[in-house]
Amino acid sequence: MVFLLLSVSMKSYSNNWNSPYTSQQVNKQTLFSSFSSPPKHLDPVVSYNSNEWAFLSQVYEPPLQYHYLKRPYQVEPLTLTKMPEVKYFNQSGEAVLKNSSDIKFSEYLFELKDNIKFQNHPAFVKNASQYLYHDLTPQKLASIHNVNDFAQQATRNLEAADYVYAIKRMALRQNHSPILDSMQSYIVGLKPFSKKVTKAFSQQLKASGTKSKETYFDLNKYSISGVQVIDKTHFKIKIRGIYPQFLYWLTMNFFAPIPWEADKFYKQPGLVEKNITLDTSPVGTGPYYLAENNPNRIMRLLANPNFHDEFYPTSGLTKDSDTALLKDAGKRLPFIKEVVYSLEKESVPLWNKFLQGYYDASGVSSDSFDQAVSVSGSGSMNLTKAMQVKGIKFLSQVEPTIYYFGFNMTDPVVGGYSAKQQKLRQAISIAVNFEEYISIFMNGRGIAAQGPIPPGIYGYESGKKGMNSFLYNWNENHASRKSIEYAKKLLAEAGYPNGRKANGEVLSLYYDTAATGPDSQSQLNWYRKQFAKLGINLIIRATDYNRFQDKIRQAKGQMFSWGWNADYPDPENFMFLLYGGNATINTNGGGVNSANYDNPKFNKLFEQMKTMQNGPERLAIIKKMVHLVQKDAPWAWGFHPKSLALYHSWYKNVWPNALANNTIKYKRIDVEQRYAKQQKWNSPIIWPIILVIIFVLLSIWPLKKAYQKRQQIMLKNKKSHDLKLKGEVS
Amino acid sequence: MFAYIVRRLLFAVPILIGVNLITFALFFMVNTPDDMARAQLGAKQTTPEMIQSWKVDHGYDKPLFINTTEHSHGLLTDTLFMQESLKLFSFDFGQSDSGRQISADIYERMWPSLAIALPTFIIGLVTNIAIALLIVLFRGSTLDSITMGLAVAIMSISGLFYIIAGQVLFSKTWHWVPISGYAEGLEGIKFLILPVLIGVFSGIGAGIRWYRSIFLEEINKDYVRTARAKGLSEIKVLFGHVLQNGLLPILTGVVVVIPTLFMGSLIMESFFGIPGLGSYTIDAIQSQDFGIVKAMVFLGSVLYIVGLILTDISYTYFDPRVKLS
Amino acid sequence: MMLTFLWTDIMIWSLFALIILGIYQISKDAQKRIQWRNVFKSKTAMISAIILLFYFAIALMDSMHFKFESAENNTLNKELVSVLDMGLEHLILNAERTYSAPFALKEYSSSVIYNTTGNVQQVYLPLKNVAKHIDMQQSLVAYDVITQTGWAFLIALVIIIAIILIHGYFRLKKLAMSSARIKTESLPWSVAYITLFLLIFIGTWFYLLSFDYHVLGTNKVGEDVLYQSLKSIRTGVLIGGLTTVVMLPLALLLGISAGYFKGWIDDVIQYLYTTLNSIPGVLLIAAAVLVMQSIMSTHAEWFGSTQERADIRLLFLIFILGMTSWTGLCRLLRAETLKISQIEYVTAAKAFGLKPFTIIRKHILPNLVHLILIALVLDFSGLVLAEAVLSYVGVGVDPTMPSWGNMINQARLEMAREPMVWWSLLSAFIFMFILVLSANLFADRVQWVLNPRSEK
Repeated sequence: MVFLLLSVSMKSYSNNWNSPYTSQQVNKQTLFSSFSSPPKHLDPVVSYNSNEWAFLSQVYEPPLQYHYLKRPYQVEPLTLTKMPEVKYFNQSGEAVLKNSSDIKFSEYLFELKDNIKFQNHPAFVKNASQYLYHDLTPQKLASIHNVNDFAQQATRNLEAADYVYAIKRMALRQNHSPILDSMQSYIVGLKPFSKKVTKAFSQQLKASGTKSKETYFDLNKYSISGVQVIDKTHFKIKIRGIYPQFLYWLTMNFFAPIPWEADKFYKQPGLVEKNITLDTSPVGTGPYYLAENNPNRIMRLLANPNFHDEFYPTSGLTKDSDTALLKDAGKRLPFIKEVVYSLEKESVPLWNKFLQGYYDASGVSSDSFDQAVSVSGSGSMNLTKAMQVKGIKFLSQVEPTIYYFGFNMTDPVVGGYSAKQQKLRQAISIAVNFEEYISIFMNGRGIAAQGPIPPGIYGYESGKKGMNSFLYNWNENHASRKSIEYAKKLLAEAGYPNGRKANGEVLSLYYDTAATGPDSQSQLNWYRKQFAKLGINLIIRATDYNRFQDKIRQAKGQMFSWGWNADYPDPENFMFLLYGGNATINTNGGGVNSANYDNPKFNKLFEQMKTMQNGPERLAIIKKMVHLVQKDAPWAWGFHPKSLALYHSWYKNVWPNALANNTIKYKRIDVEQRYAKQQKWNSPIIWPIILVIIFVLLSIWPLKKAYQKRQQIMLKNKKSHDLKLKGEVS
Repeated sequence: MFAYIVRRLLFAVPILIGVNLITFALFFMVNTPDDMARAQLGAKQTTPEMIQSWKVDHGYDKPLFINTTEHSHGLLTDTLFMQESLKLFSFDFGQSDSGRQISADIYERMWPSLAIALPTFIIGLVTNIAIALLIVLFRGSTLDSITMGLAVAIMSISGLFYIIAGQVLFSKTWHWVPISGYAEGLEGIKFLILPVLIGVFSGIGAGIRWYRSIFLEEINKDYVRTARAKGLSEIKVLFGHVLQNGLLPILTGVVVVIPTLFMGSLIMESFFGIPGLGSYTIDAIQSQDFGIVKAMVFLGSVLYIVGLILTDISYTYFDPRVKLS
Repeated sequence: MMLTFLWTDIMIWSLFALIILGIYQISKDAQKRIQWRNVFKSKTAMISAIILLFYFAIALMDSMHFKFESAENNTLNKELVSVLDMGLEHLILNAERTYSAPFALKEYSSSVIYNTTGNVQQVYLPLKNVAKHIDMQQSLVAYDVITQTGWAFLIALVIIIAIILIHGYFRLKKLAMSSARIKTESLPWSVAYITLFLLIFIGTWFYLLSFDYHVLGTNKVGEDVLYQSLKSIRTGVLIGGLTTVVMLPLALLLGISAGYFKGWIDDVIQYLYTTLNSIPGVLLIAAAVLVMQSIMSTHAEWFGSTQERADIRLLFLIFILGMTSWTGLCRLLRAETLKISQIEYVTAAKAFGLKPFTIIRKHILPNLVHLILIALVLDFSGLVLAEAVLSYVGVGVDPTMPSWGNMINQARLEMAREPMVWWSLLSAFIFMFILVLSANLFADRVQWVLNPRSEK
């Protein structure tokens, strides 16, 4: 059976038996990648998820982007001719200087390149002055299954109005943009505009009795006072006060241009019924367009034939990195013509397919780590022999992320700002040994955090300078965690000698977690062990993610683990996790400061630091702030994970960039090499099949023999039976 | 016959209402609409305004069972339960919480589910019957007892082991088939071989035990003895009489599962990355997407009831003594 | 130190009492005795029963908990310690740092250390708690294992001889007392002895060696896999054994009422179980488990310790599984009751004006016992297997509770490692396989003997 089926599928392929792709795909500039969970939203104003951005960023182009190679991260124009010009104004609207003390507004002026075109799309198709597909009937839609099925497609130039339209869409509540509320406090006029259009739209919905998804609302009729189109290639955005981080927001897909034609097109009920919406079928100016969207299996990008001129960077490489990265310098982007993302929920198949050469790159899960990476005598990571033989390469970098173990500062036991309570938290922070955590659960892929700011972000300091002196001692050339005896001493000073309360009872603390996944059991046990070192009894309250979030939002938890990914490379993005104004109890559960840390001194410094330009002055304030939180220890700090990417030798121009998502356009594939290696690594092992066939053939003969024997016995029985019958008769 | 089917279908209505009541009650005990909104909005910071607008958009702003703000008929009809249930009965599954059209998704995902479930079912049926016939042929011999012992052993192993072992052996070590994935049409065959094989194998234990007992029951009947007495060979007896008559109880027994094949296999699909309805359901449970869960529960119940009706019909069809009334 | 019973402890001991009561009832009734002798006449049934007993005994030992008031004699760092934990104290205490293979002396993966000169090195760290008596010399391990095997063999031999002697004495006494005319076919005792010997031998072997080695290796955080597997027995036995029992009263009540009273009661009950039955099982279980989790997290103050929490969760899971599985039994009971109530003596009893309750108790219930027993043993293995699948879906037992499902779930990731970490999966596989296989074989026999319709 197997054999038969295999031979059938062999006919249609000159490919390996176990190749998940067609041979045409393998022999082209096609990148094979994976995604771990189906993207829910591909609407750029809604999506706020790195999984979704992996697709979106190839398709949409916000005004700015991160330079691919430069470190520290630097923002550069993408669809603009130059970086936006900033002007400052006072309350009465007069222009003032940059360092003036009464800046009330800043205005950004954008100038677009004039040769940028959208991808080909039915929404743009015009018949004389009429849009051909803006009034579709069910008959016309009968043979349409996705947006690329339309017979006619057209394009048009990118205009300043498209960027403004995107901001207007963001303001519409019915679109559920996650950043609307934070943007309202920056962009002038966004809030009243949002109120007005939301109300108008809901009235329109009520009047027509339809759903927001299938009803077009003409945003062009309204305008935001702070966001204005000047002409086809110029627009300006006015924001409150000074907010230098605003430029970072402009690299995100929320600010990608949306043509109003597409918005209108996608709101047709017949399309919505077929899941063809702006949320599933993006329309962008980027290097690729989404050719196939089957979030349950495959996402396929194809090179956008209308893509504007963009070239591989010619400089910006740090000194000690591989110069091969500049081999393609100045060449036109993109190199890869097709990207195939397959859904892989499980780490096991993902890893195995990578080893078989069917994925061009892969992360390394902690369980395949030993197989892939060994740590050399000097402490640097290297690939194992087996990987080197395959020609696999790897890149690693500490991500701008922190996973922390938080204390609820409003909790009567672990919270509070008295010296005793500080000591309790410090003692726990010493006992919970994150170096061990990293080595057990992360295979050493991470560094223990010394404070809230991860490496790569301004304000981070390495070595002795950055060490948290409350928890660590400097030991010649590295920081080492203070001893457990010291922690016990702190604990005793905090009023819990040997982990006991004044009345002799064992101190019991509660750890809340959304325990899911196979690894959770061992991790929870590990946490218990850490607290047991101090004689404290840790009680784990595991629950599902919703309950867990609820609890943290209501500040009902005692201790918890949480993480934060940088939105942009600025210390403000981490410090605000500890700013009192963002505490969940002060914001009715909306804030990001889950530890509810609220120290007036820290708050004041934060407000000061927030809008400053990077420089020695800012650094000094950051240092003060870090010292404050290190002492108060609202977090047991946790760790910064290290990303580790493996890729095959045929995959070129790979460079880790934690903040940019639109990096596929820079990469290239050596197709011949890939094909040869795939063939070499995947020749099927046939002897078991032969063995099975031989076994089956061999067993036929004895079975036949046995059957004949039985038949004979039966005949004999029958004969004797017949004889007996005859005897009886006669 | 027709009247009978109509009546059975009418009986299904209160059952389906009951099913909906249970789903709604269970689900909203866990999740408030606020929870769902937060999970779906997925932002780092969610504000009350965002949550409210999401709820209005998805119809979760209405009360669950009783609407106290409405009078007379609105008391019960202008509620979440009533609105959503009515839609379900017209097979309008609406939107998932993440905003996709559920009907379109179900239609799309039904095929991969069938692509696994149908071959597994048919090949399983054929293999099981073939093996059962073979050991009935050698009944009472060592081969019989060894096979029956193996059958119990196969039954006693968790299906998860077969999957893990199958992937390691066939895909990782021997490079026969892709480890996971799916493709449409002929290209898809190589992805289906392993899950179908494992599905057939894990069902073989229980299968051959059942079919063997059916055949053994049949083989002791008088007409078989007569046939044998007429001098027919054992193989002819088996295929000519036993198999033919044994097929009836087998078919009426398996008819009930045929409609539920649509629902797919939860475990198999998620292990092998097959985008069917089984993995759809599991994803919905894990992300607590109520829209999908209620649609799938409803669909499952409908298919179950259809299965029951089909069983009844197949009884009358095959056995003229049974009359539907 | 105080003896405490968790909820599931109480239940498993009640089950134990129930079984004892059942055996007592059987021993009084001559007909039933013959029936059950018949069950054990089969060699496989005898072997399976002994293995099942063995598992049950371990589960019972693990279901007697002591609560420690203070930490002074609490070396295990747990508030609740079961009798099994006490016996296996060394296994809890000799935890390692991370993975190690069975009988290994070093960790399975290499790790980074700072050596004396401050340089970083990659080494396979030696394990902390193995083979100290032979100074951790790899060359001596094989010899040591063989010697210890010899000892285990001897010990097992002594125990089995003692058992045979004691048992033989009783058999002789009985033989002497019984009249020579009644010939009872003897049970396959020799097979029982061999099984018992093997079990004792394997048990002793593991126990002896577990002091010096990690016989089945250690898992990701260095816990002994043997200990994990043994602790999982309780979870498996509880889920398999109790699920059917907890829902028995409901199934009996509804099944008999429907069959006996008919009319609208029958309609309502039929409606109830058809509705429940028509919801796809996994979905119903998943939804119920999620509800349970939310209830538990809103009432976190109910639980003092992690173990109590996990225990309540297991209890709920048993009830939830019961909820979805009682419908089948209920339907069977209804049909049987319908049939029995047509029989003359029941209709006669009705005509005499006996109360329904009396009729049910005297005439109907006794005729349903075989159905219940068959359901009990048949469901057992299915439920043990279901636990693993549910854990995979994420709605199984508490992640802190040792269970085969959790072990397999973790093993999925371990199998992707290279070299593979196979021992957790293999241990869970073997422990589970033996239990389920014995349960299946025993169930077959019980069904064959008790079911009046099975051909003999």
